[in-house]
Amino acid sequence: MTKPQGIRTENLSLWYGQFQALLDVSLEIHHGRVTGLIGPSGCGKTTLLRCFNRINERIDGVRTAGHVHILGEDIYAPGVDLVELRKRVGMVFQRPNPLPLSVRENVLFGLRIHFRRGELRKDELAHAVEASLKEVGLWEALKDKLGHRATSLSLEQQQKLCIARLLPLRPEVLLMDEPCSALDPAATQRVEQLIRELRDRYTILIVTHNMAQARRISDECIFMLLGKLIEHRRTEDLFISPKDERTANYVEGRFG
Amino acid sequence: MGVFATSPESRRRHRSQQVAFAVLLAMTVLLVLPVLAILGMLVWRGAPALSLEFLFTAPVRGMTAGGIWPAIVGTMWLVGVSLAISAPIGVLAAVYLNEYARDSWVTRVIHLAIVNLAGVPSIVHALFGVGAFVLFFRFGTSILSASLTLAIMTLPVIIASTKEALAAVPMTFREACWNVGASRWQTIWHVVLPNSIAGILTGIILQVSRAAGETAPILFTGAAVFVPFLPQSVNDQCMALSMHLFTISTQVQSVPQSITYGTALVLVLLVVLVNGVSIVIRSRIRRRRKW
Ligand SMILES: Nc1ncnc2c1ncn2[C@@H]1O[C@H](COP(=O)(O)OP(=O)(O)O)[C@@H](O)[C@H]1O
Ligand SMILES: [Mg+2]
Repeated sequence: MTKPQGIRTENLSLWYGQFQALLDVSLEIHHGRVTGLIGPSGCGKTTLLRCFNRINERIDGVRTAGHVHILGEDIYAPGVDLVELRKRVGMVFQRPNPLPLSVRENVLFGLRIHFRRGELRKDELAHAVEASLKEVGLWEALKDKLGHRATSLSLEQQQKLCIARLLPLRPEVLLMDEPCSALDPAATQRVEQLIRELRDRYTILIVTHNMAQARRISDECIFMLLGKLIEHRRTEDLFISPKDERTANYVEGRFG
Repeated sequence: MGVFATSPESRRRHRSQQVAFAVLLAMTVLLVLPVLAILGMLVWRGAPALSLEFLFTAPVRGMTAGGIWPAIVGTMWLVGVSLAISAPIGVLAAVYLNEYARDSWVTRVIHLAIVNLAGVPSIVHALFGVGAFVLFFRFGTSILSASLTLAIMTLPVIIASTKEALAAVPMTFREACWNVGASRWQTIWHVVLPNSIAGILTGIILQVSRAAGETAPILFTGAAVFVPFLPQSVNDQCMALSMHLFTISTQVQSVPQSITYGTALVLVLLVVLVNGVSIVIRSRIRRRRKW
């Protein structure tokens, strides 16, 4: 039997104190495709994304109900190790957030956290840096600047580095929360290109504010409104012939 | 009139800006002048007393002559021991409060207590020190009692300043860490502390000057007017610069003024020295880590 891949939720609800931010969200996100997540500001896109690596729990007063299965396992079941979960489910944030370390140490940060000094050989580390930076297309530009501070890079390079930082841990799922919103159009285009290249190897879920971007990079698209999942279909279908009137209004820009 | 000619309105604004500037400048000068005046007077009247002999010998003839070495050593003991107690406890408490504790009424009460404790006058700490350390725990009047009292006094400020330094580390750094599966402690150790250490050290070192300068908390708990030997352990009593200054300027007749001012000057120089070192350390760290 092959292991189920991707993400599946059943009746996922989430409360911030009294306020319910997610209402019975049930969805299935497939491996090897880019799934876009669109919807107006405050509809719960970020919240949903953050359910998938259980980082919401660090916030006071958050309560979750329902099920989330990743790689076939219920990640909210007792006995789930958050460390293992977060190694498998990487997240890229709206603003690039490289750590104030060198380029090299940023890429290796995950390994340094999970392995004791001496457990990793020098050549393994060097290989991890090269492979990760190559995968995000930064190797040529940065191979002579591995010792430079990551925070001195351009925003585009920083964001790519934040993706590269996840890769040495061999993640299965990449969650991206408006990864291009801090970038200029040219940089956005190149990061989109990168996301398309990563598509086959990972389950990618990308939140975007930008309708055109959702059309360009996603294979499937999910439209959310006020904490509810309204429509989830192939991207073309969702944009060309939306089933729900609210989806149609949104993708045609009648409200935002 | 040209399009770009100054309007009466903008001329008026320009005038009020100039007035504000003058006022602020005057304030700054008013603030700096007393400091310079005090330092100037200390140097002018105290410098003649300074000599290696003054620094490194004990007072003689009822403290009307000789040096201040025992007081310098005593102050170092008191400051050293008190910070050895309050700095680690304070930093750990702040880390707990800022990184682990959930927002509940208990933590809010703790915050309130810290803020208020930081504002308690030092004479109150002194009384507490006598009651708790000298009498109840039977440490007697000793360096230990005095240092513990100073530690109690500096602890809330160290907690508060450390918390501030920790809170200044951007949340995104922590998220980046959690995101690769780092535990809370790993996040603190690898990212939060390295990026706040400059601020933490600054807060601690500011308390060095405070602990060195206070007289009340050590007056009844461990500092003595005159001790003929240097302290050998924390159970001994000791002299201290602040206490010595108080004694020779109010309790003993016919002390030459140069000795009084010389003692004050040494105390100030010591504090300036410590602050200077802290500034150097801080700028070093800053240069290394930037975000
Ligand atoms: N930490 C929080 N505490 C309380 N409410 C929150 C918190 N984070 C988000 N919310 C609320 O949850 C809703 C969804 O937010 P979010 O997931 O950030 O939306 P989106 O990413 O789609 O803009 C919003 O109404 C927001 O105000
Ligand atoms: Mg968001």
